[in-house]
Amino acid sequence: MNTRRLVLTRGAALIGAASTGLVLPSWAQAQGSKLRVGLMLPFTGTFAQPGIAIENGFRLALAQNGDKLGGREIEFFKVDDESNPAKGVENATRLVQRDKVDVLVGTVHSGVQMGIHKVARESGVLNLIPNAGVHIATRAQCAPNVFRTSFTNAQPTLALGKAMVEKGHKKAVWITWSYAAGDEAFEGFEQSYKAAGGEIVKKLALPFPNVEFQALLTEIASIKPDAVACFFAGGGAAKFLRDYHAAGLSKSIPLYGSGFLTEGVLDAAGDAANGVLTTLHYSDSLDTPRNKQFRLEYAKAFKLQPDVYAVQGYDAGLLLVKGANAVKGDINNKQALYAALRSAEIDSPRGKWKMSPSHNPIQDIYLRRVENRENKVIGIAGKAIADPATGCRMA
Amino acid sequence: MDFANFLIQLLNSVQYGLLLFMLAAGLTLIFGIMGVVNLAHGSFYMIGAYLAWYFTSLLGSLTLAIVLGTLLAVAFGWLLEWLLFRHFYHRDHLDQVLLTFGLIYIFEEMRSIFWGDDVHAVQVPELLNWSIPLTDTLSYPVYRLVMSAVCIVLAIGLYLLISKTRLGMKIRAGAFNRDMTESLGVNIRLIHGVVFALGVGLAAIAGVIASPIASVYPGMGSSVLIMCFVVVVIGGIGSVRGALVAALLVGLVDTFGKVLVPQIAGMAVYMLMALVLLYKPEGLFKQ
Repeated sequence: MNTRRLVLTRGAALIGAASTGLVLPSWAQAQGSKLRVGLMLPFTGTFAQPGIAIENGFRLALAQNGDKLGGREIEFFKVDDESNPAKGVENATRLVQRDKVDVLVGTVHSGVQMGIHKVARESGVLNLIPNAGVHIATRAQCAPNVFRTSFTNAQPTLALGKAMVEKGHKKAVWITWSYAAGDEAFEGFEQSYKAAGGEIVKKLALPFPNVEFQALLTEIASIKPDAVACFFAGGGAAKFLRDYHAAGLSKSIPLYGSGFLTEGVLDAAGDAANGVLTTLHYSDSLDTPRNKQFRLEYAKAFKLQPDVYAVQGYDAGLLLVKGANAVKGDINNKQALYAALRSAEIDSPRGKWKMSPSHNPIQDIYLRRVENRENKVIGIAGKAIADPATGCRMA
Repeated sequence: MDFANFLIQLLNSVQYGLLLFMLAAGLTLIFGIMGVVNLAHGSFYMIGAYLAWYFTSLLGSLTLAIVLGTLLAVAFGWLLEWLLFRHFYHRDHLDQVLLTFGLIYIFEEMRSIFWGDDVHAVQVPELLNWSIPLTDTLSYPVYRLVMSAVCIVLAIGLYLLISKTRLGMKIRAGAFNRDMTESLGVNIRLIHGVVFALGVGLAAIAGVIASPIASVYPGMGSSVLIMCFVVVVIGGIGSVRGALVAALLVGLVDTFGKVLVPQIAGMAVYMLMALVLLYKPEGLFKQ
């Protein structure tokens, strides 16, 4: 083949390729390739358990839709974010720029979420948040392409105050770690407790992740409030429950908290957690056919018991299925996609919920009591609780 | 604040102060006698705590874990001195800082490989798992009293060792003038090994006995190390007596700060340090 013919054939091929792209309707293009889903979650370290549960839940929802999104096959790209905020932007950028994902699902840690958030806002890639409760993501920095299927840190405690006053506890001490999540949880508690007529007699805090509670527990014992409300999570929560019990306080001063206090730590806390009351948008023991069906299917698929994180991942999957189906897989049809996601009503194991205008669930918050290492639902602490979404202006 | 509450908070302060002293004493000894800045000192605390958790979950007894954990940690300290630190006595402080800073990362990584990144809880031994009631709502846990007692015994032991024994005399002499002491036939190499293992041992014991009350988590060494440096700076670098006074002072300020002004709980101790540095730049007990 001589040079001129080579140039000609190659040129023709190029024009041909380009024109196919030009003449074909965009939905056909979309059908042709796989939809690229990026999972940026912690798979090692302290938050590995939530990360794995979220991925399982997410995949279960897609599997129930025939492993397709709007008719398109799915290709997964996974990054372990290690719960390391320092690598948040870098990891999210890798998924968006190199792997060219159509949707980025992540993450657990609020600090890492801020990295994802920056990348999502700059690139316009759809981001589904399956856990991180950091306020700003759906408040001052809310974005059309960012949707949360979990909670804001203030949401569980927005239902806590009323429940406490209704039980006759009008003077409370608040205790938490002095860091962002603790402050945000306090905001919800302060608002709901004061509105219900309660008085916060003292606000105690210790540096994160310090677990030397002794001095503060002594102070609580000496103040003798009607009740104590708190925000702790993970290993520190188990330690707090045990210390609270060991100090003899569980007998005289009832303990309340944002539900994360008793999620995943009941074995570690043992009998010390008995009788503790918390508010959260889910409980393993939720007695509904929808929840039982979900728990059965999850257990069958992964040989594991699901938890609140699995539900949030599952709901992220359900939400994405709704959105992708509405645009028949053409994820670039952003107007229609966002409209579908915004108006979605999710039939979740936690109960049906709707997306708020700021892209955060409007959901029921349950009141739970710990009995024999289980969070028993004893009522609904708040119906259709929405985050105030302060400062959110959707562009 | 009523009297019973005040009394208990005082006990809390002393208990925290004594624990800090165990750590700061080793840090200041190693610096005062060998001139080594050891940033990895907090890691020995962490290793002690992880060993306590590991042996407790393996053997089911904290007492056994205390013995085994301490012995292992001291042996580890001795080995480390022989392998690494003795080559750094005459080096610049910057070299020592770089070395020990690197060690922090190595220890954290090793911890991650062997024991994972989870937070663990160590149960207080059944025998000590009760409280002494003081008023109808206030009581004080026995384990904390025992802990303080252990720290006091070790502090007295340390004082007697350094000021009353032959070995202590050699240690002091070596710190004062190394070459002169060596020329008098004292085996400085051995002395240094002993002092280093002693410092590591104190940090490890602190980690072991603190494990039931402070829980065991990644990075626990770094947070405690900062407090240790605060104690050493306040007390005066190289002074064991200074470390004791400063540790108790820090314990008081931290505990009462947390309770009385929780808004500045994280800062109170540093404000104390700034204040001391303002009036006594060399620390309270200059060597």
